[in-house]
Amino acid sequence: MRRAFSLWLPLLAFALFLLFPFYWMVLTSIKPNSELVSVTANPFWVSHPTLDHIKFLLSRTSYPRWFWNTMAVAAGATALSVPVSFSAAFALARVRFRGAEGVSIGIYVAYLIPPAILFIALADVMLKLGWFDRLWALIPIYSTFLVPFCTWLLVGYLKSIPRELEEAAMVDGASRLRILFAVILPLSVPGLISAFIFCFTLSWNEYLYALVFMSSPENKTVPVGLATELVRGDIYQWGPLMAGALLGSLPVIVIYFFFVEHYVAGMSGALKG
Amino acid sequence: MRRLSLAFDRGPLLATLMLLPAAALLGGLLAFPLALGVLLGFKDATIGDPGSFIGLQNYRYLLTDPVFRITALNTALYTLVTVLFKLGLGLALALILNQRFAGYRFWRSVLLLPYVVPTVLSAFAWWWILDPQFSFISWALVKLGVLDRNVNFLGNSCLARASLMVANIWRGIPFFTVGYLAGLQAIPKELHEAAAIDGAGDWQIFWQITWILLLPLTTILTIFSAIFTFTDFQLIWTITRGGPANATHLFVTLAYQRASPGGAMGEGAAIAGFTLPFLALLAWAALGALRTQA
Repeated sequence: MRRAFSLWLPLLAFALFLLFPFYWMVLTSIKPNSELVSVTANPFWVSHPTLDHIKFLLSRTSYPRWFWNTMAVAAGATALSVPVSFSAAFALARVRFRGAEGVSIGIYVAYLIPPAILFIALADVMLKLGWFDRLWALIPIYSTFLVPFCTWLLVGYLKSIPRELEEAAMVDGASRLRILFAVILPLSVPGLISAFIFCFTLSWNEYLYALVFMSSPENKTVPVGLATELVRGDIYQWGPLMAGALLGSLPVIVIYFFFVEHYVAGMSGALKG
Repeated sequence: MRRLSLAFDRGPLLATLMLLPAAALLGGLLAFPLALGVLLGFKDATIGDPGSFIGLQNYRYLLTDPVFRITALNTALYTLVTVLFKLGLGLALALILNQRFAGYRFWRSVLLLPYVVPTVLSAFAWWWILDPQFSFISWALVKLGVLDRNVNFLGNSCLARASLMVANIWRGIPFFTVGYLAGLQAIPKELHEAAAIDGAGDWQIFWQITWILLLPLTTILTIFSAIFTFTDFQLIWTITRGGPANATHLFVTLAYQRASPGGAMGEGAAIAGFTLPFLALLAWAALGALRTQA
């Protein structure tokens, strides 16, 4: 009885608040337009579920293209950022050199600089480099927020690997490079998985850079495509919009559910100095 | 190969080589644009016109601009209110989940979803929930006889602000929950047991042991959350675009509006420049908190 008040009732209240928008997303994407605009129908239910919105989205808009664009950029940015971050993190966590402290602080500051205060000047740089409206350009651009985050995450992770392991290998005459590949890398796999997941999900989440730097419809990402091509004037296509939001969230949700423990460990690990 | 391997054994050279890729990326695409942006804030640049230096004119103009003033107030209010709620609710959820029970992993995974799903995509769902004609909240209130017509959530500045805050709180709760769950699990059980034996009640144990031990973590979570909240572009731009009548802008959305559709690059850069001192202050405070915790 006591548990009902200390656990289940508050848990239910949180679940209702935190999960309702997802229910609404799913419901709307399978609800026919006639029910969506009906004032008499019960809004919390659907009487004649339909796949029309999803069909419309997949056949009448560039959604499939945006989806693969986002996937390609996320994969590319991850493939670029994880090795770069691991290399930097190894230097910061394991190699003694003057200035390590300063570089660490620089990485930390870079992690806290939001894209929203960079994009204006970055647009200038992109223009000079001829990177405007080039999909692949998002890969190095995204690495500017992925690398600081992952480096920081991996430094914390590498510091938790006991130094004795390395020292033992050194005594045995192994070179630093060999230690890196034979000792440190295998032990870092859980940290690297966290880094992979965060790179991938943060890339799917990105909006501002793609919004400002990509202009042709065939170069847009899912959030930008939906916001600019499906939201037009006063006619909001709620069904396709919700279907698009749902489908666009799926890759992230699938990865998340596969690696929940790594995701949570990464999230709390990023809060350590 | 052997010689190469030996060269790597020299600390400074190895460190330099391993930091090089990160330094090149961050130097060219982060530090350089940041410096450029600060300079741009002192120019009258517009799209297609690099402009010339005009000193502090952008900044002076902004301080007299009523829209900028409302934006400054709104940014402070938005950050303060949402961070407080996110902290309270996030901690409450962490305390709930920290009781071991059947299905713990399932509930934890599922309740973190708002934080995992791409912000713009969940913001679309909130936008639709807040629709002036078809919001289910209006529907329910009218049906229950509380109101006689629909609520125009995003058409009135106070309601629009409150609505955005709710959406932001919704998304940010799991950030605190995850942080606090890790913190709670690090508190030795013996402390609680000892206090319980001494006759302390649940409430007393929470305030005098748990809360106190969580304070350093609370500082870090609060500062990080504040930084990510006051630079929250996606949610605001998706749901209200700063409207109605510029009432819900944050610095970052106003900077975007002035610079990107508006073309006033210098002015936009100056608005972004206004955030830098706050950002630096918060970053410095967080660094201090991280060090004392470590």
